[in-house]
Order: sequence, then structure tokens, then C-alpha cells
Amino acid sequence: MKGLINLVNNLRPSFEKGGKFGFLHSTFDAFDSFLFVPKTTTCCGAHVRDCMDLKRVMTVVIVALAPAMLFGMWNVGEQHSLAFGLDMTFWGKFWYGFLRVLPLIIVSYVVGLSIEFASAQIRGHEVNEGFLVSGMIIPMIMPVDVPLWILAVAVAFAVIFGKEIFGGTGMNIWNPALLARAFVFFSYPTKISGDTVWVKGVAKAANGELVDGFSGATALSQAGSGIAPDAIHDVAGGSLDTMRMIIGDMAGSIGETSVIAIALGAIILIYTGIASWKIMVSGVVGALAIGALANIGAEPGTFAAFPPYYHLIMGGFAFGIVFMATDPVTSAQTECGKWIYGFLVGAMAVIIRLWNPGYPEGMMLSILLMNTFAPLIDHFVVSRNIKRRMKRTVVK
Amino acid sequence: MKGSAALKMGQEPAPGVIVMKPTDFRALTPKLLVKEGDIVKAGTPVFIDKFKPEVCFTSPCSGTVESIVRGEKRKLLEIRIRQDEAIDYIQFERVKPASLNREGVVNALLESGLWPSIIQRPYGIVANPADEPRAIFVSAFDSAPLAPEYEFTLKEDVDYIQAGVDAISHLTKGKIYFCVKGAYTASSIFAKVSGVELISVEGAHPAGNVGVQINNIAPIGKGEVVWTINPYFLAAIGKLFVNGVYDVSRIIAVAGDQATDPCYIKVLPGVCVESLGAAFKMGGSVFGQDVATRVVSGNALTGKSVGTEGSLGFYDFQFTALLEGDYYESFGWCKPFRPSKFSIQRSYFSWLTPKKKYAMDTNLNGGERAFVVTGLYEKVVPMDIYPVYLIKAILAGDIDKMEQLGIYEVVEEDLALCEYICPSKVNVQQIVAKGIETMIKEMA
Repeated sequence: MKGLINLVNNLRPSFEKGGKFGFLHSTFDAFDSFLFVPKTTTCCGAHVRDCMDLKRVMTVVIVALAPAMLFGMWNVGEQHSLAFGLDMTFWGKFWYGFLRVLPLIIVSYVVGLSIEFASAQIRGHEVNEGFLVSGMIIPMIMPVDVPLWILAVAVAFAVIFGKEIFGGTGMNIWNPALLARAFVFFSYPTKISGDTVWVKGVAKAANGELVDGFSGATALSQAGSGIAPDAIHDVAGGSLDTMRMIIGDMAGSIGETSVIAIALGAIILIYTGIASWKIMVSGVVGALAIGALANIGAEPGTFAAFPPYYHLIMGGFAFGIVFMATDPVTSAQTECGKWIYGFLVGAMAVIIRLWNPGYPEGMMLSILLMNTFAPLIDHFVVSRNIKRRMKRTVVK
Repeated sequence: MKGSAALKMGQEPAPGVIVMKPTDFRALTPKLLVKEGDIVKAGTPVFIDKFKPEVCFTSPCSGTVESIVRGEKRKLLEIRIRQDEAIDYIQFERVKPASLNREGVVNALLESGLWPSIIQRPYGIVANPADEPRAIFVSAFDSAPLAPEYEFTLKEDVDYIQAGVDAISHLTKGKIYFCVKGAYTASSIFAKVSGVELISVEGAHPAGNVGVQINNIAPIGKGEVVWTINPYFLAAIGKLFVNGVYDVSRIIAVAGDQATDPCYIKVLPGVCVESLGAAFKMGGSVFGQDVATRVVSGNALTGKSVGTEGSLGFYDFQFTALLEGDYYESFGWCKPFRPSKFSIQRSYFSWLTPKKKYAMDTNLNGGERAFVVTGLYEKVVPMDIYPVYLIKAILAGDIDKMEQLGIYEVVEEDLALCEYICPSKVNVQQIVAKGIETMIKEMA
């Protein structure tokens, strides 16, 4: 390790301002601080600092994402083997999924990080760690069959228009990962909805290759089309009960299906205090509340008549509320605002799911919508505080 | 943190150089009254406030003005006084505070140079003698890391503190709030101080910050003025009235894991680090890399780094010696365990060992970033204030918002913990200082 430190120290002058590679300063700095906690010391004020930094925050989020990601890889293989009637082992399924998901992750990181590095370079800033998480989340909320070039364009769009034009990590209004998904959703709707994109290989499958009774529709889109809860079926036509939904053995975006894996992540995030449990709790309450309201007077056989808890286990609700609604930059920032924001995210998601004819999933749009309104919520919370403070003022 | 001072007295330093720093006082424009070679006594005015000439700053010792240090634009930085062997005090009038009126007390404090010990909120500047504060707040404990234990350092001074309280009670028609650490309320040396509203305050840092106490007891609104004073200075005021001398000698904690033998020492404000001799270790080694020692006048959260040639600030009651953090740590941020590092958050595992003491150093532990994580600052600011919004208002220079969000109620130390925990490594105290400076300019 000593040797590495010396090597980096020897290289440093040529990357500093005025050095031979001065224009690559941000890049060098990023790798330098990736390898070593830098030797920067406090200048004034608090002389000692907590050893928590943004890199650590992002690392913990990645760790929290890992269960959902690993499950997603297995699930890609599982759904594939169901659809094609293949007999695959547990590891066979995982390996199959791993090979299909890895390119998505690589493309996402390569495209996103290059843009991050380039813009940090242009601004002369240090490279921000924010994309480490976004870059992992983006593949997880895509269907496995999404073409790589579309993914690349979406990532570029999200990073440039979602983040960099606002000034980089910490300044953005909307969650960049969701913007990437929204971009694909509206620009290439056929690649991210419908019945053929959710299972690897289905779109290009030859006649007769798929099992009899194959249906690539997700549980959510089946529910949206108006069937009873117990009639929901998996890709091979078998019954899909709530237990399988909770485990996540169903078609969907790569990382969104397993409530259990996501809950593991949620526990890590809440325990380390990195994501707000208030948003998660109030989001779930919001979804259940609207789901229960919808039940009143709903005709049997419609989506509105589904028991409210189905909203939590179908589609991207769980993933969204745990990993995306809690993004500290784009969610409400005041503690009281977080309750309101979370509730509205959950409520809006179910409202969009139930009362919109176009598409079954509401989580993405709900979070993006509430991202937009989060500053407004905070504004009201802070104004209330200001008013209370002004009231006690004696002298005008 | 490692290195808290043991409850014992160390050797008093031999007379050396005492340094007076006008920069200890926020927003002060000093006017110098002495020149090099002048002989001063303890209590001789050395400089005054140019705009309030009645407020004078007097020498804590007797001796000869050795040198006057100026910085850029001839800004007055230091007046260095070579101490005599024994302190020769100017004799002021010895009176019972009870027999005086407000004017008498104010004049006595102004004349002796003890007036600057009274701090005004908002802004944390030396109080204006013409004001009549709504109340006076005294925080009788310091909750900062490695801070001196007042119950130990002031145990001989209780009678003086009582005399001091009697004196300052003339200054306000309101109450004098005296905040004592919760567990000590009954047995505290301060328990028998009379003429004050004794308030028991519980909790960890920043519970001992007077700003936090004010916000929780009777918050400051726009246009209001309250004063604060440290019990050390109450004792000095007591000594002025009882003994007729300007005696600001104080028992300070010499702490930190770079202190050779953490203990208490009786010194004068302005005492040089050099005079304390071998009280500090000079450097150490972290991860095989040599690093120096940083000596801080004050505590590790809010103090000033003074270096080995520096001196104790007027308002400081401790020296903290820390290792400098200019070393590299490979992959530090992603190591699951970093047993030598402390975090109050749970993504490291230091919460498993709450009793362990850590040798903290001055490494920033990360790079500076934009605000990302939310809800953290609020956890360490037990005040009815939204710290992030206040800081953003200051950064934006929005005076109305600063006023609405509570700039009048805070000084740097109240938000020091925000700076400590901030994962984006924002220099919160610098920002607050800038905000207060802006407000002083705008309101003048």
C-alpha cells in the first residue's frame, strides 16, 4: 500500500493546476480519493469531523440495493425458464440472469460516469458520488429486455437533463434514475410496457418455443385489465398467489419484484439512518388508505376492488417507496414535510394505478410528481415555523 | 474522545509572554493605547473599542509591552506583553455590589476591563453598556468534548460568583437564568447561588451551549437583546468588587490525546502554548505516516487552531491538542470496520462500543460536496430552528429569510455539531459567521 501511496503522490503534481495533465484534475482527484481517504484537514470551525462522508452514504445504499439486485438476477433466469419451459438449477437461473443483467449495469455506469466525470471536469469540481447509486438503480427499474442503446440514451438524458443542468448532485429536482425510466417510458413505450418485454428472450422467441398458456403480462397489468385477485397468473399460466408476489417470483422490472429483498434493503437503510423511515411508513399508509377508500362501492372484478395490500406487493411500489421516494435530494427535506410527502407519494401511486386507463403502473409518475411538489411542501412547513417565531416577537 | 483532563492540578507555568488578541472579539475595531516598551499593570487599558471608547480591554498581567503584531492593512492582531515575576494589580475600589446602582456597576466593569466578558445575543458580540437586556443567561457547565468540569475548576470561587451575580443583577430588570447540569442540581457547587433562576438542563452536547438554553427557556425575538456571561467571568467580577483587582486568572483544562498529561492548570488568558512547555506531545504517526500536533484554544468543535506559537483566547477555558489528519487511508470510506474512527451514525460500527474513547484527528474524512443528506442537522440542533434553511438563507445572502429563520438566536458554536456530522463536509460555522457579519453590517 505504501508503494501505491508513493505512486499517487508522484503522479499528483502533473495533474495539479498548471501540470501536464492539469485539465484532468477532477478525474485524477476522483481516483485519488477513491483509493485513499484524502489527507485534507479541517481549516477552522470544528477541528474534528465525523468519519461519515458521501462516499460512505452511497456505499451503504449500494449494499442495501444488493439483495434486490441479486434476487432480480435469479428472477430473470426463473422467468425465462418458466416461459420457455426449461429445467434450470438455482445457480443456472442466477447465472443466466447475471449474464443478462451485467451488460445493463456496465452500460449504465460507463455512460453515466463518463458524463459525470466530464461535467465535473468542465466545472472544475470534485466528482460527485451520486451516480454510484443512480447507476445501479437505473438497470433495476428497467425490463430486462430493454435494448442497450436505449438504456444508454436514457442514462445520458437523465444525467444531463436530470442532474447536470441543475448543477450536479444535490441540486437536482427530480430523481435521475426515475427520469431515465420516464424517458424510456414516453419515448419508446413499446420497449417498457406490454406483454413481451418482461421476460428475457420472449420478444424474439420463435413460434412454439414458448410454453403453452404463456402470458408475459405483469401482475399489475393483469389487475389493471380487470380480473379477480385470485385469477392472476404467472408467465406460464400458473396461479400467482400473494406469497409468490411477496417473494418476487413474477415478471417485472429487474429489481422491483421481491418485497422481501427490498425489505432487507429497507432495514439496512433505516437502521443506518440513511433513508427516512418516515417517508416509507407514510407512503405505505397513503397507499393503503387510498386502496381502502377505493374498495368502498367498487364493483367486484375491477382493480378498485382489490384488497389494498395488493398495491404494496405488485409492481414497483415497494422498490419505489424504499429506494426512490427516499432520495434525500429530491424528497421533502423537513421532518414534518417527509410525512406529508411520503403519504402523497403512496396515495398518488394508487390513484394513478386505479383511475387511469393508459398504463397500469403509477409509482414512477407519482414520485416524479411529488419530487416536483416537495419544495412546496417544505416551504409550507418552514413558513409555519417562521410564523410561530414571528408571533413571539415582542418588538416589531 | 480520548484525553479528558484528570481532576488534578498541573504545574503553573512560569511568567512568560501574555498575548492579547483583539481578534477574540467579534466585529471589534480596536484602538491601541500602548506602544512597545510601555510598562503595564494588571488592569491597565491596552486597547479600546474605537466606536464605543468607554469599552476598554485591559492587560491581565503586569509587565512590558514587548511587541505589537499587525497583519494585512495594519490590522491589529496581537499585543505581546512580557510578564513580570509577580503580578502588580491596579487597585480598584472595593465595594459591596448591593450598595451600588446600575451606573456604578457598569462603570466599575468598564473601567476594570471586565465589561467585554458580557456577551450580547444576537450576534455574540461584546454587550453595549447602553442597552438594557431582557435577561441574562449563565450556562454553568460546558458540554463540549473534553471541556473543563466547572464543578471542579470553580469550586473555590463560589463566593466570588455570588458577588458577581449580585453585581450583574443591577444590569437587567429581567431574570438571571443560571443553567446547571441536570444530575448536579442539588449537589452542585452552584446550587446555593442566590438571586438567580436556577434551571436544570439535561442531555449531551450541545445542552451546555447558552444559545441552546436560551432558545429552550425564552427564545430571542427580533429586536430583543439578552446578555450571556460565563461563570468564570462572574468569579472575576466578584473578585473585582471584593478584592478590587482585575484578576482573570482561570483554571483551564489541558486535554486531548496529544496532551502529555491531561490535567488542569491555572493560567491567565493569553498564555502562550510555549509557556506550557512539555504539556503537549509534538506529533505522532497514523497508518505509518508522520503527522504533527494541532493545538486548539477552546474545544475541538469550536476552538481556534493556534499552533505551537499561539496563545489562549480571552473566552477560552481549555486547550485541546489533536493529531493533524494529513495522512492517507486506503479505501477508508468502504472499509466495513474502521475501529479507530468514530461516527455517530450507524453505517460504521462505533455505535456498538458507546463507552470507547476515540483519539480523533483533524482529517476531514471526505471531500466537500453539495448538501445531499437531510434530517441530520436537525438531530443535533435542539432548537426551534431549521438549520439547513438558515444556512441556505445565509449562503443566498437573503437578510429577511435569515432574520425569519433565526439568525438572531445562533452563534457558531450552536451549529458546530452540524459541521461535525455533515457528510458533505460543509463549513457550517464559517457560513454562520458570515451571516452574523452581514446582519451586523445591515443593522448598523
